[in-house]
Amino acid sequence: MTVRLTLRDQEYEVYGGMTIRHALLKLGIQPESVLPTLDGELITDDEILQDDQHIRLVAVISGGAR
Amino acid sequence: MRQHKLALCKEHFLVWFTEQTQRFINKYHMFGYEDRILVAVSGGKDSLALWNVLHRLGYQTDGLYIGLGINQETGYSAESLQFTEKYATKYNHKLIVVDVAEFAGATIPEAAALTLRGKGKPCSVCGLTKRYIMNMVAHQGDYDVLVTGHNLDDEVAILFGNTLNWAVGYLARQGPVLEETAGGLARKAKPFCRFYERETAAYALLQGIDYIYEECPHATGAKSIYYKVQLNQLEADRPGTKLSFYLSFLRAKESGFFAHQNSAVQANLISCQTCGQPTSAPEQCAFCRTWHRVRSRRAAAA
Repeated sequence: MTVRLTLRDQEYEVYGGMTIRHALLKLGIQPESVLPTLDGELITDDEILQDDQHIRLVAVISGGAR
Repeated sequence: MRQHKLALCKEHFLVWFTEQTQRFINKYHMFGYEDRILVAVSGGKDSLALWNVLHRLGYQTDGLYIGLGINQETGYSAESLQFTEKYATKYNHKLIVVDVAEFAGATIPEAAALTLRGKGKPCSVCGLTKRYIMNMVAHQGDYDVLVTGHNLDDEVAILFGNTLNWAVGYLARQGPVLEETAGGLARKAKPFCRFYERETAAYALLQGIDYIYEECPHATGAKSIYYKVQLNQLEADRPGTKLSFYLSFLRAKESGFFAHQNSAVQANLISCQTCGQPTSAPEQCAFCRTWHRVRSRRAAAA
């Protein structure tokens, strides 16, 4: 039983029971660089992940010639 | 929001974000309700969120979209125009569209391949061209101020790069507001300059704004993104670092740290002999020089 996290075309899996922030750090994703969403709703990164959830991570970093 | 030691629900976040925008507009004397505002929009989260919040606050805004012609493989420009037009139609906003290929004779990738500027990376030609067109449209349309969606992360990445290189001329010109110059540079303001990038993205999501999620394909490997990643590492270890860096810089600037450099830059501005826009170069401005070269090389190759 795992939690799926998707960032652009990358997919990750972690065990439930930890916070989203902890999971991101464990996966080497900077928590500052993404916004987690569940079923289209924005959630905070201190929420505890539950098994079978699918978290979509919205990348927030933009750059180039601004 | 660890940096503010604040946790808000959707409803209160939207109120907080809107009130903070108004607070920054007032604090830095950006513009008033009587001013005509030109909003530079790219179809991305920051610029559409800015257009949205300024409209909700009751300001008079029109949008400016610049078509860069970055369409190979990804269709990036075509898609970003679609998002922008869809937004403008939904809210019945006036949108001005300038297509670079029609205006200057080539797309940004074509121009980048024909000039040494930026060493093959289009970002340098792109930035130069966008700044030129934004200034031109602001003047032609008699707008009081041009606003961009630069957020705190953008500002801090620029500040970080300029500090690493002690680029004092650029440091002197950075701030929430750039005043109009006698030579013809339009007044510019950045109402989101104190919002974290996560906050503007959260506003766009919570407000239901459809924006282009994909990044410009040429942004991969950009120095600004590299700096943002490094700064985010600092922020993760010490929440509030980015805001503190930016605000300390503004205080230093206000106390006169870069006053000499700023007046030196402004004193050296003259009119470009070709287009009349302000430049510190002796004859032609960088835009006219670059695009003259692009068109000549294109004609020679044909």
